[in-house]
Amino acid sequence: MTTSLADVASSDATLRAFLHGLPGVDRVGADQRAAMLGTRSIKTTAKAQAIDLAISMVDLTTLEGADTTGKVRAMCAKAMHTAAGAPRVAAVCVYPDLVSVAVSALKGSGVKVASVATAFPSGRSSLEVKVSDTALAVAAGADEIDMVIDRGAFLSGDYLKVFEEIVAVKAACGEAHLKVILETGELATYDNVRRASWLAMIAGADFIKTSTGKVSPAATLPVTLIMLEAVRDFRDVTGRQVGVKPAGGIRTTKDAIKNLVLVNETVGDDWLSPDWFRLGASSLLNDLLMQRQKLATGRYAGPDYFTLD
Amino acid sequence: MFEYAPAPESRDVVDIKPSYGLFINGEFVSGSSSFKTVNPANEEVLAEVAVASSDDVDRAVQAARKAFGVWSAMPGAERAKYLFRIARIIQERARELAVLESLDNGKPIRESRDVDVPLVAAHFFYYAGWADKLAYAGFGDRPLGVAGQVIPWNFPLLMLAWKIAPALACGNTVVLKPAETTPLTALLFAEICQQADLPPGVVNIVTGAGETGAAVVAHPDVNKVAFTGSTEVGRIIARTVAGTSKKLTLELGGKAANIVFEDAAIDQAVEGIVNGIFFNQGHVCCAGSRLLVQESVQDQLLDSLRRRLSTLRLGDPLDKNTDIGAINSADQLAKIRQLSDLGEAEGAARWSPACELPEKGFWFPPTIFTGVAQSHSIAREEIFGPVLSVLTFRTPDEAVEKANNTPYGLSAGVWTEKGSRILWMADRLRAGVVWANTFNKFDPTSPFGGYKESGYGREGGLAGLEAYLDV
Repeated sequence: MTTSLADVASSDATLRAFLHGLPGVDRVGADQRAAMLGTRSIKTTAKAQAIDLAISMVDLTTLEGADTTGKVRAMCAKAMHTAAGAPRVAAVCVYPDLVSVAVSALKGSGVKVASVATAFPSGRSSLEVKVSDTALAVAAGADEIDMVIDRGAFLSGDYLKVFEEIVAVKAACGEAHLKVILETGELATYDNVRRASWLAMIAGADFIKTSTGKVSPAATLPVTLIMLEAVRDFRDVTGRQVGVKPAGGIRTTKDAIKNLVLVNETVGDDWLSPDWFRLGASSLLNDLLMQRQKLATGRYAGPDYFTLD
Repeated sequence: MFEYAPAPESRDVVDIKPSYGLFINGEFVSGSSSFKTVNPANEEVLAEVAVASSDDVDRAVQAARKAFGVWSAMPGAERAKYLFRIARIIQERARELAVLESLDNGKPIRESRDVDVPLVAAHFFYYAGWADKLAYAGFGDRPLGVAGQVIPWNFPLLMLAWKIAPALACGNTVVLKPAETTPLTALLFAEICQQADLPPGVVNIVTGAGETGAAVVAHPDVNKVAFTGSTEVGRIIARTVAGTSKKLTLELGGKAANIVFEDAAIDQAVEGIVNGIFFNQGHVCCAGSRLLVQESVQDQLLDSLRRRLSTLRLGDPLDKNTDIGAINSADQLAKIRQLSDLGEAEGAARWSPACELPEKGFWFPPTIFTGVAQSHSIAREEIFGPVLSVLTFRTPDEAVEKANNTPYGLSAGVWTEKGSRILWMADRLRAGVVWANTFNKFDPTSPFGGYKESGYGREGGLAGLEAYLDV
């Protein structure tokens, strides 16, 4: 981070002035651009390549109150053995108390363990609780922490509070990568999405993520577009690259490919890898596998040919 | 690198005949001579098309005159039925029309499919709605008679719709001459008129080049002339029509200013600039060919624009992923090259993204000129190609001055997050259309037309009816 950007957060006033000085987002134009990119026609070899890339970017996720160790182990097995010849997924994402289960199940596989912390999904708790929630997950061996921002503080204009929380959680992450969830469905405007993206990046986020998956709308294409523009502009200014993770509502191969087209034509090759782009999803993987087989054989197999978990 | 495999639209959906005649009095009749129309993307000959001699034009005008008696006497609601039927057939045959338009014109299928054809249907639907409500439009309900219409090659089918739909709704009959490089969709439209059982002679289509157009315009039994095309030809037409009782509307050239203020939403402004000048390869009379950018954001904006241009996909117009198609003709390509070379010779800096051009066909890469001054030819003359001239300004007053300092006045664009500034600018810009935070948006309900050398009269919307009624 450049010195000037570090100074941005020296006071509430400077932070506000900076965030509100960012170029605006015209909603109509952003929606149109995303819709246009959604009409790209991805066929044959390009589709095969896109499907495998998408599989390798999936954060396979289970975030239910009813999660059990058995369910997590089963999901880890699926993460490593998606289908014959298909790549493994990027990570599995679980609640902090299940991190140790995932860590032991995934040992040596290269699949990362991500965990949602910081009073997920609402973020409504004290900083102490959020930091210890994070510490719990990190201590259990999580490679990546998905934190939620305090949307209440953000919407009331208390940007510094949001900033300081991210800084504190980042410190608690240690070696683990920090993904900051903006919960864009609650931020209401695209201007807010851009501001929240920059706020998270300045505070040290390694990734910015759209949604918890618990709020609708979750990851829409225009929102992902705006976040991609933000990471691109941030790298131009600071030289530091930040990843993007749309999460929630991406269920079909078509949706996944639209996201990849968005990456390809907004930020390009540099982000087209699981290191810099992830898809947060729970039901996407089987559709990707089904389309993958359809492309290889020319026929659709029934749902029973694809494993649950 | 994520390369998109080709995704071509099938051309089997359209059946191109080896040769086409003239459409006169509801039937296809042969002409005395013929010419070839080619696919500008690969120079393949698509079909032979008849040339209408002045005798042929006379027959067409006579047919229209005869049909005028029937058509104008018909209740508006009846005429509306025909127009609605045409609109629905256009929707049903949309894919066929889009593919044929892209083959004959060179424009990307993405645009013919998503922009041209839907707008064509929308125009017929819109004016069909007016046909039985003319008494409420405020221009009376007396049609003019026979309309002679000459349209350009950049939006062959859309310009046809802009001309024919209001003319028929008001009770006129028409003789239309499409451009010589793009006659095929007009001839398919003739088939649609047959399919809709339109009374013979209400729509007549005569193909050919300038001479045919001149015969249509000069015919003594034509009551109304409508022309879209170059200012140069517009002047000739105005001279021809002068002193006669013919009514005239002209939609001519443009050199629109697309004005970006420092507080604009930069990413969307970049999209708007791209859409403003690279839409339809810049073959747009209202194209935003002069970018006026506030000096304080010049570097940032140009960096973004260059980066964005590098992702534009140029190539096969029938590929669904193509953004930029072929230049419509060898002549037009030569003109674009000549004006671009002149831009360099006069001292502006030329830039194009790394871009492979297909070997056959007529192609020109998206091009930006920076360091352009008002006095440069590329800032004065309409290029009608994918060539953007970038100028700068410091204050809103200067932006208005520079934007208006052109012989043309068809359109303008303003990019700012400040609503009051949009209104302030719109009041001062001498242009028929001012787009705010968008560009090249068309709608049948919205009037379109120029100031100064961009022509006179309005097409589209309520105002578009005035040109076809005896006010």
